[in-house]
Amino acid sequence: MGSSKNLKRSSWISSSLLLDLRNPSLIHGVGRNPPAVLENLKTHSADCRFASTKAGDERDLRFDNDENQVLDFPGGRVMFTYQLKFISESPEKRADCFRVLDDNGQPIAGNYIEQVNEEVAVKMYGNMVTLQIMDTIFYEAQRQGRISFYLTSIGEEAINIASAAALTIDDLIFPQYREPGVLLWRGFSLQEFANQCFSNKADHGKGRQMPIHYGSNKLNYFTISSPIATQIPQAVGAAYSLKMDQKKACAVTYFGDGGTSEGDFHAALNFAAVMEAPVIFFCRNNGWAISTPTSEQFRSDGLVVRGPAYGIRSIRVDGNDALAVYCAVRAAREMAINEHRPILVEALTYRAGHHSTSDDSTKYRPVDEIEHWKTMRDPVSRFRKWVEGNGWWSEADESELRSNVRKKILDAIQAAEKAEKPPLADLFTDVYSDIPSNLREQERSLRETVQKHPQDYPPDVPV
Amino acid sequence: MWGIIRQKVGSRCFSASILGQSLERIEQPLTVLARNFSSGGKDMNVRDALNSALDEEMSADPKVLLMGEEVGEYQGAYKISKGLLEKYGPERVLDTPITEAGFAGIGVGAAYYGLRPVVEFMTFNFSMQAIDHIINSAAKSNYMSAGQINVPIVFRGPNGAAAGVGAQHSQCYAAWFASCPGLKVLSPYSSEDARGLLKAAIRDPDPVVFLENELLYGESFPVSAEALDSSFCLPIGKAKIEREGKHVTITAFSKMVGYALQAAEILAKEGISAEVINLRSIRPLDRDTINASVRKTNRLVTLEEGFPQHGVGAEICTSVIEESFEYLDAPVERIAGADVPMPYAANLERMAVPQVDDIVRAAKRACYRAVPVAAVA
Repeated sequence: MGSSKNLKRSSWISSSLLLDLRNPSLIHGVGRNPPAVLENLKTHSADCRFASTKAGDERDLRFDNDENQVLDFPGGRVMFTYQLKFISESPEKRADCFRVLDDNGQPIAGNYIEQVNEEVAVKMYGNMVTLQIMDTIFYEAQRQGRISFYLTSIGEEAINIASAAALTIDDLIFPQYREPGVLLWRGFSLQEFANQCFSNKADHGKGRQMPIHYGSNKLNYFTISSPIATQIPQAVGAAYSLKMDQKKACAVTYFGDGGTSEGDFHAALNFAAVMEAPVIFFCRNNGWAISTPTSEQFRSDGLVVRGPAYGIRSIRVDGNDALAVYCAVRAAREMAINEHRPILVEALTYRAGHHSTSDDSTKYRPVDEIEHWKTMRDPVSRFRKWVEGNGWWSEADESELRSNVRKKILDAIQAAEKAEKPPLADLFTDVYSDIPSNLREQERSLRETVQKHPQDYPPDVPV
Repeated sequence: MWGIIRQKVGSRCFSASILGQSLERIEQPLTVLARNFSSGGKDMNVRDALNSALDEEMSADPKVLLMGEEVGEYQGAYKISKGLLEKYGPERVLDTPITEAGFAGIGVGAAYYGLRPVVEFMTFNFSMQAIDHIINSAAKSNYMSAGQINVPIVFRGPNGAAAGVGAQHSQCYAAWFASCPGLKVLSPYSSEDARGLLKAAIRDPDPVVFLENELLYGESFPVSAEALDSSFCLPIGKAKIEREGKHVTITAFSKMVGYALQAAEILAKEGISAEVINLRSIRPLDRDTINASVRKTNRLVTLEEGFPQHGVGAEICTSVIEESFEYLDAPVERIAGADVPMPYAANLERMAVPQVDDIVRAAKRACYRAVPVAAVA
């Protein structure tokens, strides 16, 4: 028998606790020292096991090498303990965070920097700058009333670009909405971004959705839809599909810290582990869900600890370190595809911009905090320091890139603004694969009305 | 409950079943329009009809897969998927954890990428936990993505009242789903309906909600050789005239079709010839067939099990008023379930769903006949 732990019948052992009083070690301890559990409450990985209420078929009891009792329950064999201890709600030490470059862009240790050569590094940096400038200018355009809405990724450029760089074009992306950088990396042009924001005729989305709801079949980037976290189980389904096709590719889905509160997050992670689906769950923990800080979103140690709860391999990474994100996603992708397993990556970062153009975050967080992250902890300049340090980038390159990108975006916006809106027929197509008769009838009727009253019809919308 | 459908098999009746004999006793012969099937009326229950349809579609297309709670090892909560796990393996017949939202989302994701999932809800009452994915992820995706993402998914399962299962297991969701553009909504009655419509649903490139009925699973119907063929398919959006008539049109779907046919029998004895339309397709609604029928009979009774407000009958009534108002000789009668959550006690439950005598009374009201207080049936 294992060492008997003392147990006092204090008031908190209510009748709802299931104790097998025939267990001699428990009876032995009754009435003596205070329960061990209160003292051990803060212990890392403290264990709690209740003895079974059943009579306990003697044949079922087995003993391991140390003569501790083990028993087979559905789900496998467990070892008993006679200590009434609870697993602590918060660990003594938070999960470690993987990083490669320090705050000044200097490599810390390890060989991870060898994974990214000059060509990739320069492309990554260029895209990060482009994303940053694109966000700034589009945000301004919304403020000027030229587009109705915009949502920036300021502060999350490393997450966007570095994760995209670590994947291949065959990997399916299921974004939330703060990942346009992935699309940018894959080749979506600034003009295409502008067309969607202005909902013009050239918009791949035919003007059906509000700004920033990009999508591209060609680039394997699933069209953004507004409800939070719905893309997470969808990614699992697509990953399962890839597995059935035996493709050397995975599904990658992005979501924020807030999205993990949705039921879809739970169902998807649980299911992915059971189905052994090759999917990467990438959580952008940027500290805020509109005005809700993470302390009001959950009480766990971030999101990385939830992975093991579902049986999923997980890692926490510095989301503002482009190289760390790159390495982590590369490794995750290998494991997901070769081992047919889901991986959870939690990238810690900060949402340096407002939630969207409908938000003013100075109302709920200090301005100097925002400034600090925008300047001192900017992932773009941090990566720049490393790229420049290797002699791959110069001040001249910088100013040339910035002015080129700025000009291109302004041109794209001008062109998008001037372009025609989608034609009237686009109102009725794609509801189903084939247009049904009632919609054809409605379109005909609408055209008739437009012809009868042309003065009431907007001039920039082609009929 | 007898499903009173008989194919006109020429001058000779082959069936020696009890059904055949009892029908021969009835005064007026039953005739059915639509099709004359070749002889060889094999009987098949709806459960087997659905099972065979799933089997054949899974055999024909390796991309079709079935997912839901208990569909695999348990052979299906209602045994609809019997034998499929054994035949197609766990990759294509997936027993899911208990998360309707989860597996509906996963099914949609799989459909995005090119698989053709058939997602089973143990009953459609539980589809409410997944309804965000059905509407926002499946129904609207093709439109929102401008044709880039189509979702060839089928959501199926028993819908409406069973027997003694109470409020949270008895609601009819036909009206809820049929109001949403982007979805197709089908509801079979007979075994032929079940086979043909399920096959059509699986082959359709758009998301389809397929509303079955638990009490119909065990009912047998004669099925023609044509319907037994693996390429058999019924068109989506076409209703079937189960029984031709002259005096009043009764529209119904699912289990209520059987009730309507029984009512038609009773009405025939009183000289009222009722035309019974089996809608088969709730969205798109076969407005042409319904209106053509009303233009012939000039009277309409809509019949459904679900709640009355904003129900299927309300839509049919409006369609007829919009297109055939001058042809109506009487106000449209709408029969629906009682406007209460389904009670459990058997006597209360009976009063909360339409019964045959309710249908007979309504048809008579539409025909301006005096109606005795006590039910005739």
